[in-house]
Formats: sequence, C-alpha cells, structure tokens
Amino acid sequence: MSLKMPELDRAVIAGRADLIAALREIVPGEGVIADARSLKVFESDGLTAYRQPPMLAVLPETTEQVSRILKLCSARGVKVVPRGAGTSLSGGALPLADGLLLGLGKFNRILEIDWANRCVVAQPGVTNLGITKAVEHEGFYYAPDPSSQIACTIGGNVAENSGGVHCLKYGLTTNNILGLEVVLMSGEVLRLGGKQLDAEGYDLLGLMTGSEGLLGVITEVTVRIIRKPATARAVLLGFASNEAAGDCVARVIGAGIIPGGMEMMDRPAIHAAEAFCHAGYPLDVEALLIVELDGAEVEVGQLLGRVEAIAREAGAVSVRISGSEAERLAFWAGRKAAFPAVGRLAPDYYCMDGSIPRRKLAEVLTRTNELSREFDLKVANVFHAGDGNLHPLILYDANNPGELDRAERFGAEILKLCVAVGGALTGEHGVGVEKRDLMGTMFNEQDLAQQQRVKCAFDPDHRLNPGKVFPVLHACAELGRLHVHRGEVRFPDLPRF
Amino acid sequence: MTTLLRPDNPEQVREAIAWAAAESVPLELVGGGSKRALGRPVQTEYRLDLSALAGVSLYEPEELVMSVGPGTRLAEIETLLAERRQQLGFEPADLGPALGLPAGTGTIGGVFACNLSGPRRFKAGAARDHLLGFKAVSGRGEAFKSGGRVVKNVTGYDLCKLLTGSYGTLAALTELTFKVVPAPEKSRTILIFGLDDAKAVQFMSEAAASPHDATGIAHLPRVAARRSDLTMVSRAGANVTAIRLEGPAASVQARAQALSLHFARKAAVEDMRSLSSANLWREIRNLRFVSAAADRVLWRLSVPPAQAAEVTGRIAAAGIAGAEWFFDWAGGLIWLWFPGEPRGDDVRAAVAPCGGHAMLLRAPDAVRASVAVFQPQPPALAALAERVKDSFDPRRILNPGRMTAGL
Repeated sequence: MSLKMPELDRAVIAGRADLIAALREIVPGEGVIADARSLKVFESDGLTAYRQPPMLAVLPETTEQVSRILKLCSARGVKVVPRGAGTSLSGGALPLADGLLLGLGKFNRILEIDWANRCVVAQPGVTNLGITKAVEHEGFYYAPDPSSQIACTIGGNVAENSGGVHCLKYGLTTNNILGLEVVLMSGEVLRLGGKQLDAEGYDLLGLMTGSEGLLGVITEVTVRIIRKPATARAVLLGFASNEAAGDCVARVIGAGIIPGGMEMMDRPAIHAAEAFCHAGYPLDVEALLIVELDGAEVEVGQLLGRVEAIAREAGAVSVRISGSEAERLAFWAGRKAAFPAVGRLAPDYYCMDGSIPRRKLAEVLTRTNELSREFDLKVANVFHAGDGNLHPLILYDANNPGELDRAERFGAEILKLCVAVGGALTGEHGVGVEKRDLMGTMFNEQDLAQQQRVKCAFDPDHRLNPGKVFPVLHACAELGRLHVHRGEVRFPDLPRF
Repeated sequence: MTTLLRPDNPEQVREAIAWAAAESVPLELVGGGSKRALGRPVQTEYRLDLSALAGVSLYEPEELVMSVGPGTRLAEIETLLAERRQQLGFEPADLGPALGLPAGTGTIGGVFACNLSGPRRFKAGAARDHLLGFKAVSGRGEAFKSGGRVVKNVTGYDLCKLLTGSYGTLAALTELTFKVVPAPEKSRTILIFGLDDAKAVQFMSEAAASPHDATGIAHLPRVAARRSDLTMVSRAGANVTAIRLEGPAASVQARAQALSLHFARKAAVEDMRSLSSANLWREIRNLRFVSAAADRVLWRLSVPPAQAAEVTGRIAAAGIAGAEWFFDWAGGLIWLWFPGEPRGDDVRAAVAPCGGHAMLLRAPDAVRASVAVFQPQPPALAALAERVKDSFDPRRILNPGRMTAGL
C-alpha cells in the first residue's frame, strides 16, 4: 500500500512515555491505551486495505477531558485522530503511527428527548439506529439511515455527512442536524446552533458537518426527529437492461414524484442478495429497482399506480408491489444486505461511492462494465438511483499479488468517470485517505487552497486528522500569504458608472 | 460619491476584487439592491454590482437542478420553474415591500447570501439546504469553486453552507447551482380561530408532530391578521392559526379532513381552498402582516418552536409599547415589530432563556450602524468567525462591517 502520510515526528514518538503519564492525569484508569496488542484493535476502520496502529489511544468520557487532551496535544505538537465506531469506508479514522487516537465510544448516552421541539440531544457515540430506537415508541424516527446504522455513530455521521437510502426525500445528515458541541484543537469548547432552525452568523454547523474530523471534535449532537409516515409501501421493478431501469428513474422524478427511496441493483448484486437473504427478487432481469413511497395511505396507493404505469412505459418486465409490511421489509433486507452478500462472491471487495447526474446512470454503468473487463475484475453495482449515488463493489482477492492494486486503479477510473460526467468523487462515504489523491480531478489548486485556509482557521498547525482529505498539506502561513500586484491597471475592461 | 463597478463576467469580478485587495479598497456587493437594508449598513467608495451576471446556464427539470448567475431575478427563476411545475423548496421571500422597496427586484444571489427562507423551511430546509455548488471570487481576488451539481456530494468541506448566509462578507458569488423540487398539485389550509399564543404553540406542535405532513404552520394574532387581503383572515376578529397541506388532491383532502377533525373538537376550524390558500401563504412569506409604518423596527427571532409563546410572553412583560408579532415555522420563527428604539437588550433577554437568536431585520441605517444587528456571539465563537472571515478575505474588503463591526 503506497499511501503517503505526514512525516513521522520522531520527537513525539520519543516523548511517548511522558505523554502517557500526562494523559493518565486527565483520563484515569483504563482510558489510556498504550500496549501494542490493545492498540492493534484500532489499526483500521471500515476501509481495511489500510492498517496502522496508533501510537496511543485514549477514551475520554467528558467534554472537559476532550478539551484537556486536545490542549495537551496542541502544546506538545501531537497529532490527533478522532474516531467513533470506526465504520468509515474511506479511511477517515485511519490512525497515525505518531498520533493519538481519540475514541469517543464512551460518549454513548442520549441526553434529552425533547418531544415538543421534535429533537434529540445525544452524545456522539450513540449509534444512528440508537436514536430511532429511543423515539420509535412515540412514532418518531431519525431519517438518515446509512446501511451501517446498527454500528455507525451519530458523531461519525456528522463528521462524514452520511446519507442512506432515504435521503432523496429526507436529506442527508446535514439537513437533519440542529446543534453541535465541538472542541477545537486549542481545547476551546463551542456550541453551534441549538434547538432553533437557523444558525446565527456564519453557518459553522453546516461547515462542521462533513468535515471528516479535520476541524474539531464533536462531543454532542442535536438532531431533528420526524414523525413516521402514515404508510410506506415498496414496489420491485425488474428490467431487461440497465438503460431501461435508468430511464425509469429519470421518468419517475420527471413526473414530479419524490419517492422515499429509489434503489437500483444490477444482475450480480441481485443474485448475490437473493442468495444471501431470499428477499424474493426476480432473477431473470438485468436490473432491479426498489421504489418506496410513503405518506398518506390514499397518496401512496395513487403514486404506486403512477410509478407502475411509468415503469411499464419504460419497459419493466416484472412489477411486484409489497402486500404487507413484512414483504416491504423483505424487499429492503436484500438491499441493505447487498454489501455482505456481494462479499461472499469473492474473498475481498472494494466499495466505491461516486455520484452522478441521474440521467448518466446507464452510460456510467456501461463504461464500468467495460472497465471491469479491462481490469479483469468482477463488479457488482448497487445504487441510490434516486439521487445518482453509485456503489460499485469491485471483487478481488488480496492474496493474489497485484489484485488489490488493480482494484484500486479500477476504482479510481470509475471515480474519474463520475467526475467527468458532472458528478462527484464521493456521495456519502467521504474522501478520507481513499480518495485524497483524486481530489485534483474535481478541484484545482485554488479550490483546494481555499478549503485548506478554512482548515487553518480551526487548526492552524494541522494537528487534527492530518493526511486525510487533502493531497498536499500546505503550511497555513504559506496559504495565508496574499500575493498582491499593486499598481496594476485598474480593470481596464470593466464597465463603470 | 460612490463609483459603481459592474462586471459583465466572472473574470471581471476577479479583476475588480484582485485590484481592491491589492489596494485594500473596501467594496459593497450588490445584486438587485433589494436587501441593502439588511445587516449593518456598508459605506464604501466603490460598489461591486453583480446584476449583469444574470441568466440561467443550466436547467434540467428531470435532474431537479438549475445553475444561474447571481444577478438573475428570483421572479424570473420562479416563472421558469412554474412552467415545468417545479419550485424552490425553501420558498424564498420577497422582502422588498417589507423593507420599503418595490416587489420583484430581488436576485437569487441575494437570496442565498442572506439565507432567508419562507414558511416551508421547517419541513423542506432552508436556502442553505438547497445550494449544491457555486463559483465565487474570494476577498483575496481568487476564483474558486465548491460543491457541484449533484445532490449527493461530500467531496471536501461544505462551503455551500458557509457561503449561504454570509451576507457577501467572504466572497462574491459568480455562479450558483441549486436543487429544485416538484411543485405540489394542490394546496389547502386549515384555519383555527381564537387561540392565544400558548394554545397556538401547543396546536402547532401537535400539527407538526402529526403524520399529516404539514408544509406551513403559522399563527397570526388578531392585530396582524387584520392586515390580510383575505377576508376569511382579516375579518375573523380573532387570532388565526394556519396549517397548510400540499400534495396530490386526494391526499390533501384526506389529510385536511383528519386534521380538521382533530382540532374541531377543541376550537373553531375552517377550510381554505387552493387559490386563497396560496395567497395566504404568499402573505405570510412576504411579511404582509408586518406594519409598513416606517417607524416600526422589525426583528426576526429564531427560537425552539415549542418555546415561542414563552418568548412573546417575556416580550410582553418587558413592556415594549406597541409590540406586535406573528409566528411562522410552527413557532420556530417569530416576527416582532414595534415603534421606536430597537431595544436589543430586552429582545435578546426574551430569547436567551430558551436558546435561539435575534436579528434586527429592519431599522433606519443610523440605528443599524449603532447596534448589534446579528446576535452577538460568545468570545471563542466570535474569534473563530473572525478567523474564518480572514481565511477568505484577509484585508476585510468585502462588505466590511455588514455582519459585525470591524469585520
């Protein structure tokens, strides 16, 4: 694995024993982890191709401890990598050999359920599903639902701006967060937002969301909860080609229908999912759409009829509407288990996360299949079709020399293709280390320099999660320098009045 | 004398700002000029007028996306969207009339620069939730971009959020790409009469927590309701609480019935059909209920929705003579106006116990120059905001002092 991380700080490594003692002053007992065997647990996140045990790990329990730890690390020049459940698929929580891993797993309590204001205040280590579980007895839920929702934490969701199958209608994490408590690398504790809807001043809440742990450490999150729809029903639509399925997606949206979810799977993914959990998927089709409609019962019934008609016009060869809640859940079970299901087809798989304009679905898929032949690696495709978010799963065997490397090159080609057709490198998994070196395909030097200047406003010494997101780390002093050319002709062509 | 710079294209915007940065010349950024009276007044020798950067460069209805120049009129965009039965989900207001200006002059650049969203905001998100990407020129005189044209995009920091609502203090936008949504087939409103603030907040909370998908929930005390052009509202002679339902006809009807039935047991309820319903929400969105009298200062309070009545209770207790208000966003937004001084300390003290913030939306220039128009922030947060400002505009030449004195 040829991943260039920030240069090792030998002085920090030499001061390890001293740092352990100082950390134990802050977090007593087992909260400071220093032995090699225990540290190995943290060596990778959901992107297992990259592994690096941290120099040390610390598991604080209070915001005050987090603040003191960050202050200490600032003073000693120690890099810090924050981590929730470690389910990142982009290596966002990959540790550093000379860095402290700051685990927030002990922040696992729901602090308040405010029914009247329809929000929940939670510590960052509460799982995504944990929030819904806490409010579902009153008919509420937290809308963003990444497939890893059993394990992934709300703090990690905020850091990555996670999505899920329902964000077409209900938005991403950023659209469902009201407030945050954040600790800066300096140890300063800030509160952003609250239970009100709009931010005052600059929208730092929006900026923090999706900042991949580079700007601050999240110690509390206030999320919106919404009422469960009166009814939800799903329909399975089978197509003889990916083109027809892609066309159907565009037609549904074009008809003014925003489904609660609209997912697509290609033939390999359908077969893998069906074999894995017997969802009742048709096996004689090339592409499958799961369309879920939710809302008032009469509305759902009506829209299902319209979707069915649109699908038939688009050439659907099979249509199956869920007849019961159990059947609807079965349709989803197959989709939600698609990753592990595909995982059984090969020793390893590599999950991509490109995002494209919907109407490019068929084109990108065709090209992906061509690339699959060129790289001689199989690929199964799972999409959030409604919002153009692709998850090609590249199958490989890490034990075959060169295959991982080939899988990565294949993946990079898919992502470049997504950008080329007007899309994005990552729809919901984050840049992390995985897509870091591809940032240049989407952004030029000036775009990236401005993003890094924002980073400098939060963490001027690049101590927080360095080596992630940005391909090259520039010193803040250099980034801040303004190269002015005084005495230039004053915009000769500019209309003035 | 103000010199007006009116660039025709993004490159000229860059040239102008690069020059201003080199010479440390402050610039006021304007589009249609309809929001110049928002924020603290900016007085500069040079004004950068972005209204020539107008026009729609991309509109793909089936992709729910549009790209435009910042100087494009909001009215033009809304007309174009309506032709394809689409709309802006966050329902931006035309604040012109409320600010003593003609209607229909606002530009889309101003809408995003101020992040002002209408009644659907509590359900559909704010302007900030709809911006997908932009191109801009920073106060350093450098062109840069962020985001893109797809809804799912977490590549790099979300500068769309940061730029939205930054009142032109970080960068001059040269192109905006935003999400559009299908327009609902039908709109219908349930009116509930005679609720006091506390009761109204309770009812609004029930409506928002119901599975009936309300897309507008507002409460108009009698004195405000009187200003409506709709007789059902103006002649009610009572406080009016309004709940909007939108969607396919059959669904709207079923939900309206269910909600009416729910509330009819406790209060007088009436139904308002399509056209009147649309007109009422236009009035709410464009602040028709706010007194137009020039001596009224206008505040915009963003609060936890369930605490709205507590806030107005404290306002009343503070003895502010002639204070009137109405609630939008199921209570989450309070519009408050009264004659005379802005009384920022009293207003903010009324908000403080429940969290939230207050912005002085309308007051004479001299007043806005001398008080905190935006909510003052705690020191650590204010210092961070200052560093963020400097990361885009180190010489502080863009809209200096618009949000905070000295910034």
